[in-house]
Amino acid sequence: MTWLAILAAGVGCYLLKLAGLSVPARVLRRPVVARAADLIPVALLAALIAIQVFTSGPDLVLDARAAALAVAVGLLLLRAPFLVVVFGAAAAAALLRLL
Amino acid sequence: MTEPVTEPEDRRQIVRDSLGVGIATGTYGMSFGAVSVASGLDVAQTCVLSLLMFTGASQFAMVGVLASGGAPLSGALTALLLGTRNTLYGLRLAPLLDFTGRRRLAAAHLLIDESTAMSVTRTTTSGARTGFLTTGLSIFVLWNLFTLVGAVAGTAIGDPRTYGLDAAVGAAFLALLWPRLRERRNLLVGLLAAAVALGVVPVTAAGVPVLVAGGVAVLVGALWRPEVRR
Repeated sequence: MTWLAILAAGVGCYLLKLAGLSVPARVLRRPVVARAADLIPVALLAALIAIQVFTSGPDLVLDARAAALAVAVGLLLLRAPFLVVVFGAAAAAALLRLL
Repeated sequence: MTEPVTEPEDRRQIVRDSLGVGIATGTYGMSFGAVSVASGLDVAQTCVLSLLMFTGASQFAMVGVLASGGAPLSGALTALLLGTRNTLYGLRLAPLLDFTGRRRLAAAHLLIDESTAMSVTRTTTSGARTGFLTTGLSIFVLWNLFTLVGAVAGTAIGDPRTYGLDAAVGAAFLALLWPRLRERRNLLVGLLAAAVALGVVPVTAAGVPVLVAGGVAVLVGALWRPEVRR
């Protein structure tokens, strides 16, 4: 099942890329389509962050991951590079769990 | 589009900038490899994701849904929804890159955030192609190499929670999202989507909250009137 999902999503993601290079541009000129398409990645990423950080199964929780996210925000405000943000947050969570 | 001449210095500058972005992006394939294995995929599945899907946010999303106990197909659906933004990039880049036939089939695989960013601002087709291909190819090679390294190391080091790797995913998503939050509309939609997702978590199957949040985006996009802000 996992393999099927991986292959289907992989091929699907490639076809989405190819469609963009092949479809006539006028589809996107409809303002409603353009606005919705623009907001989808924002909403999905924000939801994924919330789920990753503040839930454990069906429960809402506040633990070391929330502190790590705060560290990530601080590093992003300091304009730290991607790797520093990601591993800085990981290190923060690891340290907090040691205490 | 005719083939305009790009100055040699110009070209070298584009290659240098693109390689910089390529190396910075490619190496964080290591965090994907480690996170993916921590989410329960094996090394082979992790490497196939990087080779075949090759679009970071979708890959992280897929393993993120699986890590939270979601069904593989919810993960696949989330990955595809996130992958739709590459379609938008393609629409914008198609006339600039001007690839046809087999070259378009090959170039499509390299169509991601970074290759778009490094080519969409060029004024000539050859400049855009240089930025697109240098960035895309360097990321493809490094991303896959470092995915393998991260996945193997992730298996060897034991429980990833000890190293805080479960917290790294949220940080990675936030870093991807960060540049877009400067726009107030995006910030509001992001907060709304996060709130809605957390609100439905206790009552829905894993993976569903993220898709509901996607629905929020479509709804706001359809209802939002830019004039209201004045």
